[in-house]
Amino acid sequence: MATRRSPYPYWFVLPAAVVFVTLFLVPTIASLWFSLTRWDLLRAEFIGWDNYRQFFKEPFLVQGLVNTLIYAVVTSGVKSVLGLLLAVLLTSGIWFQGFLRSVVFFPVLVSTIGVGITFAALMHPTKGVINLGLGSLGIDGPAWLSDPAIALYSVAMIDIWKGVGLATLIYIAGLAAISPEYYEASRIDGATRLQQFWRVTVPLVRPATVTVVTLSLIGGLRSFDIIWATTRGGPGFASDVLASVIYKQYQAGFYGLATAGNVILFLLIAIIVLPLTWWFNTREVDL
Amino acid sequence: MKTIRHSAALAGAIILAAGLAEAEVTLSVLIDNNPETISSMEAVTAAYTAANPDVTFDIEQRTGGAEGDNIVKTRLATGEMADIFNYNSGSLFQALKPEETMADLTGIAGQANVLDSFKQVVTANDGTVRGVPFGPAMGGGIFYNRKIYAELGLSVPKTWDEFMANNAKVAEAGKVPVITTFGDTWTSQLFVLADYFNVQAEVPTFAADYTANKAKYATTPAAMRGFEYLEAVFKANYMNEDFGVAKFEDGMRMVATGEGAHYPMLTFGIGTVKQNYPDNLADLGFFAQPGPDAAKNGLTVWMPAALYVPAASPNQEEAIKFLDFVASVEGCNTMIGASGASGPYLIKGCELPADVPPAVTDMLPYFQTDGMTAPALEFLSPVKGPALEQITVEVGSGIRPAAEAAALYDQDVEKQAKQLGLPNW
Amino acid sequence: MSLRRTAARRRNIGLVALLVATVVFILPFVFILLMAVKTKQEASRFLFTWPEQWQPWQNLVDVVQTRNYMLLLAYFNSTVITVGAVTLLVIFGAMVGYVLQRRPSGWNKVIYACVLVGLMVPPAVVPTIWVLQGLGLFKTIHGMILIQVAYGLAFAVLLYRSFIGTIPRALDEAAIIDGAKPLQVFFKVILPLLKPVTVTLIVVQSIAIFNDFTNPLYYLPGKENVTVQLTLFNFQSQFQSQYNLLFMNILLVTIPPLLVFIFFNRQIVAGMTTGGVKG
Repeated sequence: MATRRSPYPYWFVLPAAVVFVTLFLVPTIASLWFSLTRWDLLRAEFIGWDNYRQFFKEPFLVQGLVNTLIYAVVTSGVKSVLGLLLAVLLTSGIWFQGFLRSVVFFPVLVSTIGVGITFAALMHPTKGVINLGLGSLGIDGPAWLSDPAIALYSVAMIDIWKGVGLATLIYIAGLAAISPEYYEASRIDGATRLQQFWRVTVPLVRPATVTVVTLSLIGGLRSFDIIWATTRGGPGFASDVLASVIYKQYQAGFYGLATAGNVILFLLIAIIVLPLTWWFNTREVDL
Repeated sequence: MKTIRHSAALAGAIILAAGLAEAEVTLSVLIDNNPETISSMEAVTAAYTAANPDVTFDIEQRTGGAEGDNIVKTRLATGEMADIFNYNSGSLFQALKPEETMADLTGIAGQANVLDSFKQVVTANDGTVRGVPFGPAMGGGIFYNRKIYAELGLSVPKTWDEFMANNAKVAEAGKVPVITTFGDTWTSQLFVLADYFNVQAEVPTFAADYTANKAKYATTPAAMRGFEYLEAVFKANYMNEDFGVAKFEDGMRMVATGEGAHYPMLTFGIGTVKQNYPDNLADLGFFAQPGPDAAKNGLTVWMPAALYVPAASPNQEEAIKFLDFVASVEGCNTMIGASGASGPYLIKGCELPADVPPAVTDMLPYFQTDGMTAPALEFLSPVKGPALEQITVEVGSGIRPAAEAAALYDQDVEKQAKQLGLPNW
Repeated sequence: MSLRRTAARRRNIGLVALLVATVVFILPFVFILLMAVKTKQEASRFLFTWPEQWQPWQNLVDVVQTRNYMLLLAYFNSTVITVGAVTLLVIFGAMVGYVLQRRPSGWNKVIYACVLVGLMVPPAVVPTIWVLQGLGLFKTIHGMILIQVAYGLAFAVLLYRSFIGTIPRALDEAAIIDGAKPLQVFFKVILPLLKPVTVTLIVVQSIAIFNDFTNPLYYLPGKENVTVQLTLFNFQSQFQSQYNLLFMNILLVTIPPLLVFIFFNRQIVAGMTTGGVKG
């Protein structure tokens, strides 16, 4: 028989490949070069490691780096834990379960800028509803978005509010995949509900955990929209993260420096996420 | 009958054709969101459209401060700028590379009306004039509330210590001593920038040395004082409760209505009060930022912002005609009519009206005496870093000590100087 | 545990959960609604009060008319970008997922690596602008569509590849025996069967692209190119003391995804779970 041409031709991949390579791979590789230059889009003057040196020398650039790590860990951590707890709650058969699932998920779908503006108004130190509510309980609410000590965490809270619904959803799916037999067996063995949670639920929901942690970590490291919509990185530099630092350098016309920031962000994600994924995949689950 | 109808039709056609021959143009305008800027621009564009009905305007507002600066820079770089835009003159103007990005306005008729002192600050490196003045000259100092001063028997301070003493009395009386509005980060720079008169009184060569990378904020005690003042006000707890989120308009409201006693600001704030709180205009006073020496007390002066036309504008001709009007005495009077005069205008023959607000009357003596004004640093040196207002917010919020902040700012300007390609950096 | 106690627990916990969820998740939206219908003076006080004066229609008209009906242009642009990008993502993503799953070869590793890179690596923004400028695509709507496709391909390919595994090869072979060419096999046999995951992808990506702020911010400057999110962001300056208009704008911007959510609620949940957990 003559050689058959495959019904799954390679050229099917071509359109996607062209778009992906030109608009994603090429810029990513080019960024490695441009980060070593002083660039104004027309001329690129090679300056070696100067941009990187600047990034690690200027306190506010370093702070952006540190803030990025804090922000990612906090949002990812809380979303994972809270998401799982909410998922357990929303699969336990309580009243209004279906409605509550939708309510928790809805913030995921709405405009980030809209969320930012709304919470900036809600978090106003004297006029905002949150502090007025706290005030009626006798608590003096802090300046959520303008107190440098807590600004970053306030923004993280908004991020968590917006994103926890997605984590919950993924966990709900993960929980549904656990066969009830395991719970039966553990109950026969006399396990309490808490023990069931730790010994059965948590280990068996691991695929969902991996997904949630990885996605929220990457998202947290790259986060920009909410920060920009609420504090623009302020007060001072207190809530600046890498993405907002990159944007500010871009706006100021320091294109080489902005690109260096991009490379640092990429390295950061790679350094954190790859080992984590590997670690997740190598851990055995003993049943 | 037929002939009449035909003639009428013909006449109608001719009129229609004539109307179409004058193409309708809509000029896009990008201005900052300052109330005085907005009212001036609306007035002057309305007047122009009244005289030239086929030219209409589409006005867009942008934020001020560093973010606004960056919006302007980015839009110019990406060719997305409006036909007309307002922006600072002086070193900020230089940073936009005007020889490359803006239309040449040297030859227009209106330039004959513009005072030479202004032309200097909108002249590009190749000697061409690229802007026309938009608004009055401004002083940078401190607004104060006359009523509070009268009540507490305070007098205008001539030294910083006197100022702080006044603040202490105001605090005791339960009012806000120094109104702070970090919600608009650019307002945090005033203590540093408005102090320049005092700096150059002590160190006359600072501007030149600074540009040549020989003098620094961190190593020049006179220059560091501005940062120290911010720190002092924070430490003494003289600010309003919502200082982190309050905005410029809140600030002007508070000082005019007497919620607070002092508000460090540029004098264009008078226009805001005139528009929004005209009944309190008489209570608004102004004095220059006091330094260490009562004998050497003078006003740091800002040339007004200017209107520019980007080189890439498709409606350059029409836009330039409009700028011609802005630079005329009629244009100037239109602006004064709408926003009031919050300072002297830079157009020859454009006089201040007789009934200027008291704050302006406070300001004029500085202009009338020799040696009592000095241009702000940004008009003497092209070196200004983009992160200053964030650094000053840090100092004013107690995040960073003054000495560190000054050193940080020195580092920040390095980036700008190198990007501009200045020698010696 | 007795059945009655369990039932009581379910009811009580449910009620508490409902109360907490209402305060935490629903109240902010109520706030948006209240602010959006108030007058300028009332809105500037930021209070969670019932409006003394209602002017929803007036606010709506004011917002839509701002800057020459810019919001309408923004809606148009955002819709064009979303529809264009999602269409291409479905077709391209399915094509790649199909070949990836059906034809084991050395290239598969490369494609997998690209998918991983596409999911993880943050786009290098300034070099991308430089590439776009070189191709004449900067500041164009079609450029933006291609960017969204490039950024969304990894997820689309992942989703499709995992789902195509459930379509038996027998169907392809039957069509090939009948003389169908590869393209026909793909479009006539496979693609229709991919409907569930296609719907999921459409819903998820539409919402993501419609809500995207950062990418148009960098790649689509310009008045003619405004998207809905950019308009909302810029109007913060335009409406600086008119909070009622700003919040009416927020309301108008959040409504399309809300509608999509209400219509496709079940599909979103189903799709997210299969894609998320198996992927």
